[in-house]
Amino acid sequence: MASWGRRSTAVAHHMRAFFTANKTAQIRIGTRRYPFFNPAVSSALVPRPWPSIINMTSLFLVNRFTSSVAGSQAGSRHADDDNDDNLVKKELAVKMYSDMVTLQIMDTFFYEAQRQGRISFYMTSSGEEAINISSAAALGKDDIIMPQYREHGILLWRGFSLQEFANQCFGNKDDVGKGRQMPIHYGSSKHNFITVSSPIATQLPQAAGVAYSLKMDKKDACVVAFIGDGGTSQGDFHAGLNFAAVMEAPVIFVCRNNGWAISTPISEQFRSDGVAVKGQAYGIPSIRVDGTDALAVYSAIRAARNMAVNEQRPVLVETLAYRVGHHSTSDDSTKYRSLDEIEQWKTDRDPVNRFRKWVELNGWWSEREETELRSNLMRAIQVAEGRRKPPLTELFTDVYDLPPSNLVEQEKQLRETINKYPIDFPSDVSL
Amino acid sequence: MALRNIIGKRIGNGIGLVGRRSLSTATCDVENRNSKSMNLYSAINQALHLALETDPRAFVFGEDVSFGGVFRCTTGLADRFGKARVFNTPLCEQGIVGFGIGLAAMGNRAIAEIQFADYIYPAFDQIVNEAAKFRYRSGNQFNCGGLTIRAPYGAVGHGGHYHSQSPEAFFCHVPGIKVVIPRSPRQAKGLLLSCIRDPNPVVFFEPKWLYRLAVEEVPEHDYMLPLSEAEVIRQGSDITLVGWGAQLTIMEQACIEAEKDGISCELIDLKTLMPWDKETVEASVRKTGRVLISHEAPVTGGFGAEISASIVERCFLRLEAPVARVCGLDTPFPLVFEPFYMPSKNKVLDAIKATVDY
Repeated sequence: MASWGRRSTAVAHHMRAFFTANKTAQIRIGTRRYPFFNPAVSSALVPRPWPSIINMTSLFLVNRFTSSVAGSQAGSRHADDDNDDNLVKKELAVKMYSDMVTLQIMDTFFYEAQRQGRISFYMTSSGEEAINISSAAALGKDDIIMPQYREHGILLWRGFSLQEFANQCFGNKDDVGKGRQMPIHYGSSKHNFITVSSPIATQLPQAAGVAYSLKMDKKDACVVAFIGDGGTSQGDFHAGLNFAAVMEAPVIFVCRNNGWAISTPISEQFRSDGVAVKGQAYGIPSIRVDGTDALAVYSAIRAARNMAVNEQRPVLVETLAYRVGHHSTSDDSTKYRSLDEIEQWKTDRDPVNRFRKWVELNGWWSEREETELRSNLMRAIQVAEGRRKPPLTELFTDVYDLPPSNLVEQEKQLRETINKYPIDFPSDVSL
Repeated sequence: MALRNIIGKRIGNGIGLVGRRSLSTATCDVENRNSKSMNLYSAINQALHLALETDPRAFVFGEDVSFGGVFRCTTGLADRFGKARVFNTPLCEQGIVGFGIGLAAMGNRAIAEIQFADYIYPAFDQIVNEAAKFRYRSGNQFNCGGLTIRAPYGAVGHGGHYHSQSPEAFFCHVPGIKVVIPRSPRQAKGLLLSCIRDPNPVVFFEPKWLYRLAVEEVPEHDYMLPLSEAEVIRQGSDITLVGWGAQLTIMEQACIEAEKDGISCELIDLKTLMPWDKETVEASVRKTGRVLISHEAPVTGGFGAEISASIVERCFLRLEAPVARVCGLDTPFPLVFEPFYMPSKNKVLDAIKATVDY
């Protein structure tokens, strides 16, 4: 029990700072006023240690919404409300909630499919549905997403179908990735979602480059690059933020601080006051937000996007949440954390339930909508499972734009081997 | 063609020719329209000017490139094309390459400079795990073909561990990227332009030894030399020598001396190491029956091993002698011991004779 207390304190560490941070001023986002700490306003410029967040540039803190507060704010109507970006209206709220539920159910189905041996691997986003969906909702379709690996909710929001998800997980002939990578390594140029790669944080300096290109094009768009708490320890985190700052690239770095990097709690990951303070070191404005609060995340990302695009500069957003699920299907997190801890976060702070309360309060949702989702998922999985894998030639294409002579030779030799020993090879790959 | 004529005196080598004579590369099929005598860094500089001139979405970036670069390869670019297209980056190779991948992924020509090939390793993850796999892993939805990474490499006479390395072998083992190494100014300009315009990520190693000392007539117009095509730069019938970069000068000196002993040497410049032109080398070995590979990089696991294995696979019965490799020693690149470490002309010459007399 004692060790649980220690561990959960370590995990709650990232939330503690959030709740005890100084609130000495207010910031306006649209017509809303939120408390925040701005040393530019405060007379005390002496840096204070944890838990307050200090910054000599512009760091602001988005206070946590309570569902009812946000509800009444969103529901009330004032003369200038129509111009308020941050109002979440019914249509948006319904789509947000619907997609959060879909994401949860989809995760459950695919996780089970892996357990049944039907797909090889899966990663859920349990506990981070709000981060996924609210981010997606706050962005435009031209904003380019550079994921780590736990952001498939954004793809879902943008219209990647259940069938397409299933196709990638099964690596069948309809997978746009052509069956080359493990499940959940989604990518879709149609949806401006750059393909997931397993190495951690490599997407961050790339995001600076992608954003620089958008800057050159003067596009009304930004890049949104995701990283976990663990990923902020990588060298590429430093490289990415520093480059983005120097190049003045419009990129939002969203850190999903969910308390765990596989089995490593954040107390073993860094000794800073979370991740938001790290932005300060690079001259990057940073926001810390409750990642289990869908409306708060929506607000934060909207604000970040406006800053990134209008001021052409990077922004860091740290979303605080909890990784309710295991790291992946290859992980059993009960080996390093208690069931009680997981249960507590699952029940008390489930982002979907919280948002549901607000949505239901407004009379915008009912039970009926959910049952259809489940049968659609079931069907998508069955269909994907039944399809053949991509043809053998896709093993050799796309290494380069055109296959060089060594690959032409190797394909020829391989085909001879296959002819000779067909039983050595799976039959669902067409030759 | 006398490669040695275009190279200046090599320290400790004894061949004292400061060559500024105009000469044509006999086997090079680039027409000599208006040519100008220039050295390697000027040729590279010209290529970069042309690349930025012809493609408004080409960018040059890296440490210290703005003022012209530590080897002057990027002189004049920032003034002419502006800071938005030619700029210094923070001191971070993984950032340089990562940033370049992102730029290239958006369809731009990202020409990244790594100040010395010895410092390319922080970018190894980005090159191997990201650039090389970007197209393949996305099912060809995305690619970073517009990325070219340039780096000075190789011995310079006084470089020691960290200014002399030849890391080409590490990159030749990575499917998805190309590795190109020019031997002279004229080659460098044409090859670099091909690399920049090739729709695949390329690592372009420039022999720093040759930056000032190699001088050659280089056509002033925009021309490209083909990738993955080896060039026979000296015809012969008794033995095939394969090399790249500055080492070819040494090998050519050895060939000339071997000629005096009646050994006719065929010398091939591989130019592109990945994917390499096996056909040209094989055809030559079929003619001569003997092959010798020479590179500055340490012999064990060097790219010579790949060439040797491939040639033996293809030409085993034709070979009259084992494949010879005359390479750097298996040590970190030493300072005072550099003359001992290097695959010198006499080491190559001895190996030629031993192979012929086998």
